[in-house]
Amino acid sequence: MIASWRLIPFLAATLVMIPVGVVVSSLFAPAGDIWLHLVENTLPLLLANTFWLALGVMLGTGLLGVSLAWFTAVYEFPGRRFFTWALLLPLAIPAYVTAFVALGLFDFTGPVQTTLRTWLDSDLLWFPDVRSRMGVIIVMTLAFYPYVYLLARNAFLSQGKRSLEVAQSLGFTRRAGFYKVALPMARPWIAGGIMLVLMETLADFGTVAVFNYDTFTTAIYKAWFSLFSLSAASQLASLLIIIVFILIVLEQQFRARMRYAETKKSQRANRIQLSRHHQYLVISFIITVWFFAFLLPLIQLVHWAIQSMTADFDLQRYLEFLWHSISLAGLAALITCIAVTMIVYSARRFPGKTMQFAMRTATIGYALPGAVLAIGIFVPLAWLDGQLSDLILQLFQIETGLLIQGTIIIMLLAYMIRFMAVSHYPIHGAMERITPSIEEAAMGMGMHGWHMIRKIHLPILRSGIFTGAALVFVDVMKEMPITLMTRPFGWDTLAVRVFEMTSEGEWEQAAIPAVTLIMAGLLPILFFMRKTED
Amino acid sequence: MRIPSFNFHIIITSFLISLFVFISGPVNAEQVVVYSARIEQLIKPMFDAFTQNTGIKVKYTTDKEGALLARLKAEGKNTPADMLITADAGNLWAAAQTGLLRPVESQVLKSNIPEHLRDPNNEWFGLSIRARTIIYNTNKVDPTDLSTYEDLADSKWKNRLCLRTSKKVYNQSLVAMMIAEHGEAKTEEIVKGWVSNLATDPLSDDTRAMEFVAAGKCDVTIVNTYYYGRLIQKDPNLPLGIFWPNQRNGSGVHVNISGAGLTRYSKNPQAAEQLLEFLSSIQAQKLFADVNMEYPVNPNILPDPIVADWGRFIQNNINLAKAGELQAQAVKLMDRAGYQ
Repeated sequence: MIASWRLIPFLAATLVMIPVGVVVSSLFAPAGDIWLHLVENTLPLLLANTFWLALGVMLGTGLLGVSLAWFTAVYEFPGRRFFTWALLLPLAIPAYVTAFVALGLFDFTGPVQTTLRTWLDSDLLWFPDVRSRMGVIIVMTLAFYPYVYLLARNAFLSQGKRSLEVAQSLGFTRRAGFYKVALPMARPWIAGGIMLVLMETLADFGTVAVFNYDTFTTAIYKAWFSLFSLSAASQLASLLIIIVFILIVLEQQFRARMRYAETKKSQRANRIQLSRHHQYLVISFIITVWFFAFLLPLIQLVHWAIQSMTADFDLQRYLEFLWHSISLAGLAALITCIAVTMIVYSARRFPGKTMQFAMRTATIGYALPGAVLAIGIFVPLAWLDGQLSDLILQLFQIETGLLIQGTIIIMLLAYMIRFMAVSHYPIHGAMERITPSIEEAAMGMGMHGWHMIRKIHLPILRSGIFTGAALVFVDVMKEMPITLMTRPFGWDTLAVRVFEMTSEGEWEQAAIPAVTLIMAGLLPILFFMRKTED
Repeated sequence: MRIPSFNFHIIITSFLISLFVFISGPVNAEQVVVYSARIEQLIKPMFDAFTQNTGIKVKYTTDKEGALLARLKAEGKNTPADMLITADAGNLWAAAQTGLLRPVESQVLKSNIPEHLRDPNNEWFGLSIRARTIIYNTNKVDPTDLSTYEDLADSKWKNRLCLRTSKKVYNQSLVAMMIAEHGEAKTEEIVKGWVSNLATDPLSDDTRAMEFVAAGKCDVTIVNTYYYGRLIQKDPNLPLGIFWPNQRNGSGVHVNISGAGLTRYSKNPQAAEQLLEFLSSIQAQKLFADVNMEYPVNPNILPDPIVADWGRFIQNNINLAKAGELQAQAVKLMDRAGYQ
C-alpha cells in the first residue's frame, strides 16, 4: 500500500508544473519586436545587474549567515541565547520595507546625510551613493541572511561539537577544524540556504523597485505592465525558470556526492567559552548586524506608525486584516509542511534519479516572480472554473458563476505551490540526518510503516518541520501578488493593506500595517524556534 | 500498513463544503462588482455614497492594473466583474484594445466628462484628472526661467533636473503624449536632453523627487500635483513651488486620468452603468476632489481649496487614448534614451 507514496513527489511536481507550464508555453507565442528592442537596448545591462546582484547577495548572505550560525552554535558568550533567535527576526520584515527605510535614512535627503551636511558644512561628496548596486546588495543581504543562518545553524548544531573535538584531537587548530571539518559537513545545508536566497533575489521586484535598480525581473514586469505584452513577460520568466532549474540540478549533483549522519543530541559537547577580547568582537559584530537588519527598520516604522496613527486607524478592520493574515499563513504553513514532509519521506523511501528530479521540481515555484506565478496559477484555474460552471449549467440549468476561484482553498494551494521550496530545505536537511542504520535498527525491532514514521522519523524531523513551518508562515504573511489576485472579496490581509498604501507612495501610512505584519510574523519565529532549541 | 491520507480527506471535504456554500449562496442581483487599481481609500467613499443613494451594493477587489487585466482576460465570459477602474488612461486603453470592455452610450457621461478625457468609442471614461506638472526649488529657480517640459532638455538645466523612474506609467503617458504632439524623433531628442540634465539617477517615486528638489540636490522635477499637495500639507515650509508648463504657446499641462469602464461580460450592466454615471455626478466628483487633491473631470465642480490656490491652467486636450496607443513606443523610446 505504501507504494502509492511513490506518487506523491510526482503529484507535487505536477501541481507546480501546471502554472510553470502556463508560463513556459508562452515561449512559442509571438511577442512582436519586444525581444529585438530588449536585446538592443536594455538586456546587456539587465543581465549584468542581475548577475552582480545575485552574486553579491549570495556571498553576503553566505558570509553573514555562516559566521553568525557558527558563533551562536559553538561559542558561549553573554546574550547568546537572546541572539540565537533574535538574529532570525529580520525574516519578519519584508525586504522592500528594509529597502525603503534604508533609503529614507541614508540617502541624500535622509537625516544622516542632512545632519552631516549641517555639521560639517560640506557637500558630502565623499558619502557613498546609497542608491547603487552596493546599496541593493547590502539591503538584500540584511533581509535574506536568516535563511542561510537558520539552515547553517541547524547543521552546525547537529554535527555536534564532537566532530570538532575529533578534529582537534587529530591536531587541527580550531580554525582549521572549522574549515576542514565543520564547514564541509555543513555544505548541503548552507547551499540550500543560499539557493533559497538566490531564488528570492531573482524573483524580487519590490526591493529593486525602491532602488530603481533594473534587473531581469524588472524587465519581466516592464514587458507585462508597460509594453502590454504578457507573452514577452512570460518568455522572459521562462528563461529565469530555466536558469534556476539548471542551478538546482547543479546543486543536486554537488549534494549527491555527500551523505551525512548526525550525532545524537546527548553527545553534544559543551560550548566553547570565548576569551573576553573575542567576546567583545563577536558581540559587537552580532549587534551591528541585528541593529541594521532588524532594530533600525523597526524603530523607523514604529515612529511612522505613531505619526500616522491618528490619520488612519480602525481597530476593528485591523483585527480583521490580522486574523486573515494569520489564519492564511497558519493554514498555508500547515499544508505546505505536510506536503513537503510526505514528498521528502517518499523520495527517501524510493530513492532514484527521477524521484529526486520530481522532488526538486516541486520547489521551483519559489524562483518565479510572484505576479508571474500568480497568473500561471490563475489562468488554468479560471479555465477549469469556466468548464465547471458550463457543465453545471448544462446538467442542472443553474447559473453558478465562478465556483473554485475566490475560495480560500485556491489561495492555500497557490501559496503551497510558491513556498514548498522554503520548507523543503529544512525538512529535507533534517531527513538526511536519519541514517539508514537508524531505520535498519528500527526495522530490526519490528517497526514498520506508520509506526516507524511516528516513532523514528517525525521526532527527528520535528525541528526541520517547525523551521519550515515558521519560514512558510512569515513568507505568506509578506506575500503580495498571489494574495492580491486570488483573495476572495473582502479577504484583505495586512500585506494587501501595505500594498494599498505603498502603491500611492504613502510609505508612512503603510507603517501601521507593516508593523502589525512584522509583529505577527515574530510570533511563529519565537514559537517554532523555541521548539527547535535544545 | 495504512495510508496516511487524512490531509487529503480534509482538503477534499473542505473543497466540497466551499463548493456547496458558493452554489447555495444567494446571488444578489442588486450589486455591482468592481475590479479596481485605484486603491481602496480613494474609491470606497464614492461606493458608499452610491449604495446610500440607490441601495445597490458595491463589491470590489483591488490589485495592480496589469494583474486585473490579465485576470479579466483569463476569466472571460465568467468574470464576476462589472466594472474596471484604473489610475491611468493607458491601461484602460489596453483593456478596451483586448476586448475586455463594452461601450456605454450615455448622455450623462458625455455631458459630465470632457471629450479628451474619455474613449472615442465610449468604452472608458475619465473620473478624475491627475495633472503632471513642474515643481521647482523656490530658493534656486526664478519661475520666469521655466516654460515647458521640452525646455527642461535645454543645457541650462544641466545637473539641475530630477526625474522619477521611466517605469512609472505617469511618465510613460507623458512621453506618449509628447510623441503624439511632436513625433518620435523630436521626442527622443527631448528625453535624451532630460537624461543628460539629470542631477542624480531617476528616483522611485514623486515624493522622493520633490524631497531631492527641496534638499537642493536638484532644482526642478516633474510630478503629479496631488503628491505636491500631500507633501506641502505635511511640511508647509519646504521651498517648493508649483509651475504650470506649456501654457503660453504650448499644448497645455499633461493630464492623465483615473477612470473606469464596464466589462464586456458584465452580468449587471444596468446597475454598473448607474454607478459609472454616479461617479461622474456632482456628488461623487466632489468626493474625488476631496479624497486625494485630484482635479474633478466634471468642469462644473471646483477642486479642493488648497488645490484651487495653485491657480488655473490650460490642459493638453489631445485625447488620452493616445497615451495608451503610444505607450509601448514611449517605453522603448525612453529605454533607447537611457532613461531608467
